[in-house]
Amino acid sequence: MAEFRALLRRDTALMWQRRGDAAQPLLFALMVCVMFPLALGSEPTRLAQSAGAVIWVAHLLAGLLVLDNLYRSDLEDGSLEQLLLAPVPLPLVIASKVLVHWLTTALPVLLVTPLLAQMLFLPDGLLPVLMLGLTVGSLLMSLIGAVVAALTLGIRRSGMLLALMALPLYVPVLVFGAGSVWSAAQGLPWLGAIWLMCAGLALLLVLAPWAAATALRLALS
Amino acid sequence: MNKIILWFNQTGSPPRFDDFATRWAGPSFLAAMVLMAIGIYGALWAVPADYKQGDSFRILYIHVPAAWMSLSIFVIMAIQSVIALVWRIKLCELLAMASAPIGALFTAVTLISGAVWGKPTWGTWWTWDPRLTSELVLLFLYLGVIGLYAAIDDRRAAARAAGFLAIVGVVNVPIVHFAVTWWNTLHQGETIRLIGPSKMDSSMMWPLLVLLAATKLWYIGSLLVRARVLNLQQESRKQWALERYGEVK
Repeated sequence: MAEFRALLRRDTALMWQRRGDAAQPLLFALMVCVMFPLALGSEPTRLAQSAGAVIWVAHLLAGLLVLDNLYRSDLEDGSLEQLLLAPVPLPLVIASKVLVHWLTTALPVLLVTPLLAQMLFLPDGLLPVLMLGLTVGSLLMSLIGAVVAALTLGIRRSGMLLALMALPLYVPVLVFGAGSVWSAAQGLPWLGAIWLMCAGLALLLVLAPWAAATALRLALS
Repeated sequence: MNKIILWFNQTGSPPRFDDFATRWAGPSFLAAMVLMAIGIYGALWAVPADYKQGDSFRILYIHVPAAWMSLSIFVIMAIQSVIALVWRIKLCELLAMASAPIGALFTAVTLISGAVWGKPTWGTWWTWDPRLTSELVLLFLYLGVIGLYAAIDDRRAAARAAGFLAIVGVVNVPIVHFAVTWWNTLHQGETIRLIGPSKMDSSMMWPLLVLLAATKLWYIGSLLVRARVLNLQQESRKQWALERYGEVK
């Protein structure tokens, strides 16, 4: 556990030095949400209908863009190889990296989500559903992303390929996450989808760091 | 050593596999083509038209075997990748990676033939039905595997990374398979059962069974040819390859 805390401290310190970067996914999600009223027309009822879906997609794309940063800088300065050699279980290292990555990239977007919801006229009653779904969903996407990003480490410029690999795996998260907002809007029970996502989270919390560790060893062997 | 295990071990060596693939690819293709000709004849001429759908149901004789292959090839690819990762058998890496384009093609055939059938029957090319959507995701997963394999320079590292993606992606296969059971979908439920009576009349059944066998044989032939090419590309500087095929120009 001491190693876990040390890693957390190191990664947060590194992130804090580049704290301006944390604003990038946030600005990106904001820009995506600005594009939709411009494309769909500014009529509030029509925007309100698609608001939940648009915010979900904005979150997903923002997460995708920063996914490559998860290991890239550690790979480039060689510290990733040292972490591989360190007498610490690699899944633990990855769990701490994913946690810091989620805190610095997904959480800021999550915090401005109420603002995004207001911009797109999301009905007030749906905001708690959206926030709950996004919190679980963004954790899920970070965990899935950690596996996929590890596989692409052997490639110098992996942007498009990373999207091609990660998006199919994000589909269930999006379906259930955006589905919960949609069900709530129709007055249907929406908790089921959230519970399913929570079950997925419980499963991935155990499996994903381990799978990412395997993928990392494959990519760097 | 047991004879079967011995055979597996020997065929795993690149020169022996080259022999094996050269010998069996042709016969597999030939058998597949003969069966396909018989099956297509049965599907298009011999079998009576459906009482409700008329002649358009004949498309399903292409659609169903392709759909079965799209799923089973993904599973085979994942199993080969597990073997490749656990026991480091080079041939299994090649077989897994050679499977990916074939499976992607079968998936594309499934989606296209389904769309062609859907237009007269459902009145639409495409609907966001769980079965259709998960099959589309399957195509993207295939393309991801192919893309990752192509992007990494070291061929063996590429095969291992792409194989790992195939293992992760295999979670989608049960979703495709059970989509018609779990959700209320436009796509019909299971008609053909391996155990118990099928819901298809036996007079319409035989071309389907013939085509199911034909697509399997086609896969085997195609797999052997593709794996042989990958094998030779990687082994092109080895003594045996030079002796057999001469210097690469």
